[in-house]
Amino acid sequence: MAAVATCGSVAASTGSAVATASKSNVTSFQRRGPRASVTNDSGPRLVSIAGTRPSVRNGQLLVSTGLPALDQLLGGGLAVGTVLLIEEDKYNIYSPLLFKYFLAEGIVNGHTLLVASAKEDPANILQELPAPLLDDKCKKEFDEDVYNHKTPESNIKMKIAWRYQLLPKMEIGPVSSSRFGHYYDASKRMPQELIEASNWHGFFLPEKISSTLKVEPCSLTPGYTKLLQFIQNIIYEEGFDGSNPQKKQRNILRIGIQNLGSPLWGDDICCAENGGNSHSLTKFLYVLRGLLRTSLSACIITMPTHLIQNKAIIARVTTLSDVVVGLESFIGSERETNPLYKDYHGLIHIRQIPRLNNLICDESDVKDLAFKLKRKLFTIEVDFIS
Amino acid sequence: MFVELNNLLNTAPDRAEQGKLTLLCDAKTDGSFLVHHFLSFYLKGVSLTMARERGQLVFLEGLKSAVDVVFQAQKEPHPLQFLREANAGNLKPLFEFVREALKPVDSGEARWTYPVLLVDDLSVLLSLGMGAVAVLDFIHYCRATVCWELKGNMVVLVHDSGDAEDEENDILLNGLSHQSHLILRAEGLATGFCRDVHGQLRILWRRPSQPAVHRDQSFTYQYKIQDKSVSFFAKGMSPAVL
Repeated sequence: MAAVATCGSVAASTGSAVATASKSNVTSFQRRGPRASVTNDSGPRLVSIAGTRPSVRNGQLLVSTGLPALDQLLGGGLAVGTVLLIEEDKYNIYSPLLFKYFLAEGIVNGHTLLVASAKEDPANILQELPAPLLDDKCKKEFDEDVYNHKTPESNIKMKIAWRYQLLPKMEIGPVSSSRFGHYYDASKRMPQELIEASNWHGFFLPEKISSTLKVEPCSLTPGYTKLLQFIQNIIYEEGFDGSNPQKKQRNILRIGIQNLGSPLWGDDICCAENGGNSHSLTKFLYVLRGLLRTSLSACIITMPTHLIQNKAIIARVTTLSDVVVGLESFIGSERETNPLYKDYHGLIHIRQIPRLNNLICDESDVKDLAFKLKRKLFTIEVDFIS
Repeated sequence: MFVELNNLLNTAPDRAEQGKLTLLCDAKTDGSFLVHHFLSFYLKGVSLTMARERGQLVFLEGLKSAVDVVFQAQKEPHPLQFLREANAGNLKPLFEFVREALKPVDSGEARWTYPVLLVDDLSVLLSLGMGAVAVLDFIHYCRATVCWELKGNMVVLVHDSGDAEDEENDILLNGLSHQSHLILRAEGLATGFCRDVHGQLRILWRRPSQPAVHRDQSFTYQYKIQDKSVSFFAKGMSPAVL
């Protein structure tokens, strides 16, 4: 008799179809054909959820990160049930943008949001979301851009500039109203009516830490424990895991956790090398991923990894996350004054992409990517310099 | 299972050695394809769903069990009971679960040949608060039961953190390396990402009972992972290069 004990991620370990014993078959990682047909029986109608599409590689359900350029680098998008970890840049200027793009994409698609922060009130975070670019306006601006391409001070669009001779010509601008992945104007705010029409939950640590939520015995810091319970509660109450008989949910829950691991969460891994809570964060990530795998949700986490003293923890955190993207801004570094880098604001590193139900993943051939934030848009380009 | 890897290891499902501990290790790359190889090797062509239904495969899914343990009070001891405890305990409940699952069934007919314990992966236990010694104890107990008592095999995966200075992980990896009969080490290329060569596989046999000259044999191959299989070739002999 063969017995298997698996402590790591189920999906990443085997390439064949594994039916996990979850209560509903909605989120078990099963290999699906590229054309996921909508069936009339109890089979899940995955294709019909707004803002999602199946992956061409492994049939996983994908959601957009809010940055079509990043979606492309990740192989189409972020898989439902996985964690996107953003390693913050040193002064935390660009990672909040990626965080907000993810949430804004959720609002535009009508997904439910769960925003957790120890620093800012989630209501304020939502007020600062970028406005989506509507089709007519942005098409006009795109045409202007192509015209202005040669001028140095051009109003740039979001584009990926690949090595042109190697790759087929791609559409590099916002086209007609695509339901997957939208473009956002960082200089304008999301319209108030869109925010009010959306369904969102906020977790602001200073408010929650004083409330009398029942705390289960666990060795996590209280902030993490409360957050986990809050997330689990929402998932269960709103039926994202299919276990609640009253609720038949066919929507995605987008979870955003800001500055996880910072001292504001009560964790000391950024202050001391061998603190007392050294396993708190990794345990939190593990249980969080367990919750995500059994529900229709996707999560973005920003983490100040440059502050973590213990390198081993960073390695463990990376292993425990699915997608890991690192941002390195040029501010304050010697590259800021380097004339070769004058067009860019920093480098973006795709450190890890998961292999879900597959032996391989869609790693991009190009590893040197730089980003810039122009007047309106966040662009990722191939860095020809290094 | 990858036929090329079987050839390299000089083994086949019907003539595999018994009572052996195989250590899988990955450094700067993903070694999950090795786990996949051994899983399908030992299940010999049966699909996972069918194996599970027949009772041939007992699957403890860590992520899902962790959610159950953390959010619901359990009546009887749960294999992942240590997640609820404040201090790092030991993995005794997990071992009990393994022993129970692999107990030979007294049904008269011999259903399966020998048990196999496959663990993916042990480094995660360290991240969850277990000490390296507790994990080594767990493996020791499992070896005594699975390899020695039940004449079965064990395959475990440990990540090599490289220069991340993870002391606990290094202790675990070194300790297991000394106990293993076969070590498969998947490494990312030192020169970085390459589309045609995904990494390098080091195979190390350790045979303590053999005379010194045959004791430790080591081979290195490079590999490329494809959609459903992995191809191996000697260093520098990738088809893309030749």
